[in-house]
Amino acid sequence: MKNLFLTIVFSVIIINIGFAQGKYFTRTGHISFFSEAALENIDAHNNQGTCILDSESGELALSVLIKGFEFEKALMQEHFNENYLESHKFPKSTFKGKITNLDDVNFDGNGKYNVKFEGDLTIHGETNAVSSAGILEVADNTINASASFPVTVKDYKIKIPKTVIDNIAKVVEVKVELKLEPYKR
Amino acid sequence: MNKKILTFLTVLLAITFTHFQSYAQEDLLELLEEETKTENNTEYAYATFKATRIINGQSVENTAGGVLSFIIAHRFGKINDGFYQLFGLDQSTIRFGLEYGITDDLNIGLGRSSFQKTFDFYGKYKLLKQSSGAKNMPVTLSLFSGIAATGVEDLSPGNEDVFSSRLSYTYQLLLARKFNNNFSLQLSPTVIHRNLVRTPEIDNDVFATGIGARYKLSNRVTLNAEYFYRFRTDNLDDTTFDAIAVGFDIETGGHVFQLHITNSRGMLERYFVAETTGDLSEGDIFFGFNISRVFTIVEK
Repeated sequence: MKNLFLTIVFSVIIINIGFAQGKYFTRTGHISFFSEAALENIDAHNNQGTCILDSESGELALSVLIKGFEFEKALMQEHFNENYLESHKFPKSTFKGKITNLDDVNFDGNGKYNVKFEGDLTIHGETNAVSSAGILEVADNTINASASFPVTVKDYKIKIPKTVIDNIAKVVEVKVELKLEPYKR
Repeated sequence: MNKKILTFLTVLLAITFTHFQSYAQEDLLELLEEETKTENNTEYAYATFKATRIINGQSVENTAGGVLSFIIAHRFGKINDGFYQLFGLDQSTIRFGLEYGITDDLNIGLGRSSFQKTFDFYGKYKLLKQSSGAKNMPVTLSLFSGIAATGVEDLSPGNEDVFSSRLSYTYQLLLARKFNNNFSLQLSPTVIHRNLVRTPEIDNDVFATGIGARYKLSNRVTLNAEYFYRFRTDNLDDTTFDAIAVGFDIETGGHVFQLHITNSRGMLERYFVAETTGDLSEGDIFFGFNISRVFTIVEK
């Protein structure tokens, strides 16, 4: 009876640890975007992206503060927050989705894997389905993930006035680079 | 004994099961939300005003570090001069100036006004920044100091022309708060010293406070109002009035247009705080505008 009790206790502990270990996390994800237009290029970077990846289910979530994007020109940054992304109303941008070819990835051994993912991207309070491909590199229990995908500005109801139509691209390339580490509760 | 253990096990299993359930159902985004909550970020207020001037007076805003701003301002003649003067548009005074951000917090600027042929030079330093979160600061506080020199020929007829009598000084505390995304308010206690005044009865020093506000009508348009109250006027020129101004800021990419009506023609603190001649009761109103264009000199 005592043995049974211990077995159950241990299995409970193991199940719990097992679940915690199945997740990978970062709060210093690098998210950038690049807009190429006739009059100027705009390049913005954010190093405070948070991401969590569940290696068991392939589910992943990403969240980034709009105010954390840094631009080379101060006024661009102000207008980005104030006029375009309206960060006072929509402070965060999120992605929630899953890796669709999870069987191709071995999280226990080192290696580099091409992955496909799909999910819902929310920017400026608008949600759209996106799917794209990226790379997962497993190295000693950390995961380097990178992906890029195009974002059509109009799909997220971000209004660009006619006067600056030559300054801002209609489709912006978004890049994500993450170094995920085992998630500890 | 066995019964006790069994009960204990049942409870334990129940707890485990609910625990297990909570893991399985957990939303990853909610988990992220929780994780970022523990982070203690400081969030600074930005864009309390759209421009470095509310209308006539300085705002707490600075030209950003490494950025040069070219400002052209006009004040026209009295609107009530009628059609002959095209409602004042025939008689414009102009100030053009350059403003540079040495850092995000420290600005220097210089300019030349056609009004009294005045050159000016100033510095502005942001001492406190409004913020919330880990660091909490209810207001933004800037210090402003400027010097102006008039280039008018034969400034004081019959007297020896000494350069120092052409100078005047301005000192201001700029205290502002962005209450919400739309509404900002600023108090600007001001001291002005003029080395030379028109008559001996007029005091060289003027103590005043500006009160200015803006309300956002849309993302790119704000309504601004500004008033300079002089604490004591019986020792000042009785042909002068408190300055008042109302206007709009319109923003288009790299430009900010400020269109306004005011009872003062001067665009320097000395002229609008201390020497506004427009009498509102007589309908003396001047139309004016400021346009600024920024050039990024040093990229981040």
